[in-house]
Amino acid sequence: MSDPVRPITTAELERHPFLKGLSGALLQALVASSERREYATGHSIAREGDPAREFFLVEVGKVGLEIADPDRPPLTVLTVGPGEVFGWSWLVAPHRWRVDARALKPTRALVIAGAALREALEAHPADGYRFLHRLVPILAQRLDATRLQVFDVYRP
Amino acid sequence: MSTVRDGPRPVDPGPGIGPTLAPEPYTVWSRTQDTRDTATLVLAPSRTGSVPAFEPGQFNMLSVPGRGEVAISISGDPGRPGEWVHTVRSLGLATQAIAGATPGSLLAVRGPYGRGWPVDRAWGKDVVIVAGGVGLAPVRPLILELLRHRDRVGRLEVIYGARTPDDLLYAPELAGWRHRTDARFQVTVDAAGREWYGDVGLVTQRVPDARFDAANTVAFLCGPEIMMRLTAEALESRGVPRPAIWVSLERTMQCGIGLCGHCQLGPYLLCRDGPVLPYADVAPLLRIRGL
Amino acid sequence: MIEPGSSWVFPRAEFPSLLAGLERAGYRVVGPTVRDGAIVYGTIRSVGDLPEGWTDRQEAGTYRLAKRDDGALFGYNVGPHSWKKYLFPPREQLFTLRRDGSASFEVTPPPDDEPPLAFLGIRACEIAAMRIQDRVFVGGGTPDAGYARRARSRLVVAVQCGQAGGTCFCVSMGTGPAVRAGYDLSLTELIEPGRHDFLVQVGTPEGAGVLADVPMRPATPADLSAGEARVARAAQSMGRTMDTTGVHEVLLRNLESPVWEDVGRRCLACTNCTLACPTCFCHSTEEVPDLSAERVERWRRWDSCFNLSFSELHNGSVRATVPARYRQWLTHKLATWFDQFGSSGCVGCGRCVTWCPVGIDLTAEVRAIRAADARAVPPEGGPAP
Repeated sequence: MSDPVRPITTAELERHPFLKGLSGALLQALVASSERREYATGHSIAREGDPAREFFLVEVGKVGLEIADPDRPPLTVLTVGPGEVFGWSWLVAPHRWRVDARALKPTRALVIAGAALREALEAHPADGYRFLHRLVPILAQRLDATRLQVFDVYRP
Repeated sequence: MSTVRDGPRPVDPGPGIGPTLAPEPYTVWSRTQDTRDTATLVLAPSRTGSVPAFEPGQFNMLSVPGRGEVAISISGDPGRPGEWVHTVRSLGLATQAIAGATPGSLLAVRGPYGRGWPVDRAWGKDVVIVAGGVGLAPVRPLILELLRHRDRVGRLEVIYGARTPDDLLYAPELAGWRHRTDARFQVTVDAAGREWYGDVGLVTQRVPDARFDAANTVAFLCGPEIMMRLTAEALESRGVPRPAIWVSLERTMQCGIGLCGHCQLGPYLLCRDGPVLPYADVAPLLRIRGL
Repeated sequence: MIEPGSSWVFPRAEFPSLLAGLERAGYRVVGPTVRDGAIVYGTIRSVGDLPEGWTDRQEAGTYRLAKRDDGALFGYNVGPHSWKKYLFPPREQLFTLRRDGSASFEVTPPPDDEPPLAFLGIRACEIAAMRIQDRVFVGGGTPDAGYARRARSRLVVAVQCGQAGGTCFCVSMGTGPAVRAGYDLSLTELIEPGRHDFLVQVGTPEGAGVLADVPMRPATPADLSAGEARVARAAQSMGRTMDTTGVHEVLLRNLESPVWEDVGRRCLACTNCTLACPTCFCHSTEEVPDLSAERVERWRRWDSCFNLSFSELHNGSVRATVPARYRQWLTHKLATWFDQFGSSGCVGCGRCVTWCPVGIDLTAEVRAIRAADARAVPPEGGPAP
């Protein structure tokens, strides 16, 4: 597990494409609950079934989302790169990771505490709507991708 | 239409027309097993004789005599005339026989047929090529052609998607392409084990990363129709105009010259009018189920 | 002088000398003959082979022969056969491939020892159909060798219709019943009380040559107007009509019309319509190897867009449902044929209507699509849907 490098600013939060343009009030409410983390290649960031307490915004590197079962090797089903986000179980009860997350490259990410995010989104409902308005299309796109994976689009 | 007049007989279409669909003998020069079910063959004429020139995106009709004939896109380098290169996936009896043909064996080949990629539309433009699965085979000649004339196009972005890392075609060549600094190759797979450190996801998810000037871009797409439709949508949402998008379509082709009727898609005989067609023209047709 | 453009009259009794002229010119004469309760096309060796005194009664899904009392030789409409079986045979060998050791092979075309064919009794709609297939097989970039060879040597002895069948609509399609082009000889059977003659119009020098030994006299204006009257009577007795106005656009903007589902429920996908159709050209190729595959014949055979396998791709058929296959057939015939070959693919002969076992009538289906289209598309200036 890596340590926080240093405290971060709202300007740094806003530099991530996902947060860019959200209100200063929201970002201000989040800055104290945010930190930047770095992971070495192969580092396990999260495990399926673990409590999901954080939202990850990738700045540099690549994270693989995997599923596994005892008799099968882990299968990467999605990779997330710079400017992209992962980990939304902090928003959805019972707040447990549904995938393993593992760094596939040296990775740096902004990490926001889920509890603080939930509070901030409720306290600033207009911003909360805008936040979800950014998150839901990403989830929808991943759902679409998963459907095509199930469809096995390149099947012989 | 020029050979049909008002008389009772068509005007003589010319002397010496032999059997229209007669193939030429070719010998398998080399064979590379690309993936579990796909192999690439290099073919040379069995008799002395020249190999016809081709356009990237065209196809040949191939057979192991007696095992059935199929349309296979040409995957060779347009700058290396004198041989045919075909990447063949074993799917039925005919393709099993072809993909399994060992060096020295005899194949029957006729072609090239069809209309390929409109390479001349790429000059001076940024180029985005998106291929899925064995859809890389018909764009390989296009990639090689553009790399050879690298100074004549702007940015060159290639996005290639496959089922798994084991299903990637031309792996050594792909590795070389990915090391180039004058073109960007993004490779993504649907699912991978831990040995894969590349991207996992749909080709559409790589489109936001691609670098191009949307207003001055041409896009060439080849893969399953649903993949091409979603990719075209992703490109359009980034501002690429629909008329700048080209797709290579597939229907069963038997004659290759627009006579047998198998490869119809609405007004098109894909073997004659395609397989490469403007997306703007075919997009409404691709939405009709069972056309 | 028997010259192209001239018209002549010979009596019914001299018909054998026309057949003799065709044979002398080296043609194998094929024409109408009665077999298995239908008038089909076969070899004609004598006048006795022709369907003298026969006619046919046709409706959707119905075909019956009936006697007529005037002894007409060509007093029927069209039967289940079309002339395409001669130019585009149901099964045809394309070539034989023989291995030449293991290193190479030789390809040889099938022997070309067929005499040229004279088509006796071909109607205006059938000439139109033949010209449509000419455009498919020799009018494009790559002429089909076998078809071109047979088409180049054919002789067209047309007969103008003196009546129309119950499923005919050549007037709607602009293909008949008058024979105006594409013939070597055009016959009109003139039967009146006390008279059974043939008016013959000469189209080409080849046609003129065949008439050299036929005792005949120049046609009079009265003969010509008698011929025109018979053709006019046929034109007025069409059993069907089809409105072709804008049919290309109407069909292509109704690819998802509920009509396809409706007709698809009735259609048996039996392929009768495509086999009877004089323009349908879809075919499949297959290889016939000997046991060692040292010698491989490549054949082609008629196929049909109604067959499930016709649109087979790697994972199944593209047109998996009958409605999809009926839509392919009808839109190809009446709409996309224009895009592919510059004309309609339908000549209005009515065979597909007559020979459909459940009596599906394309003229009715087009009307149904137009009606559904009119309901779906608001009139000009109306509100958008």
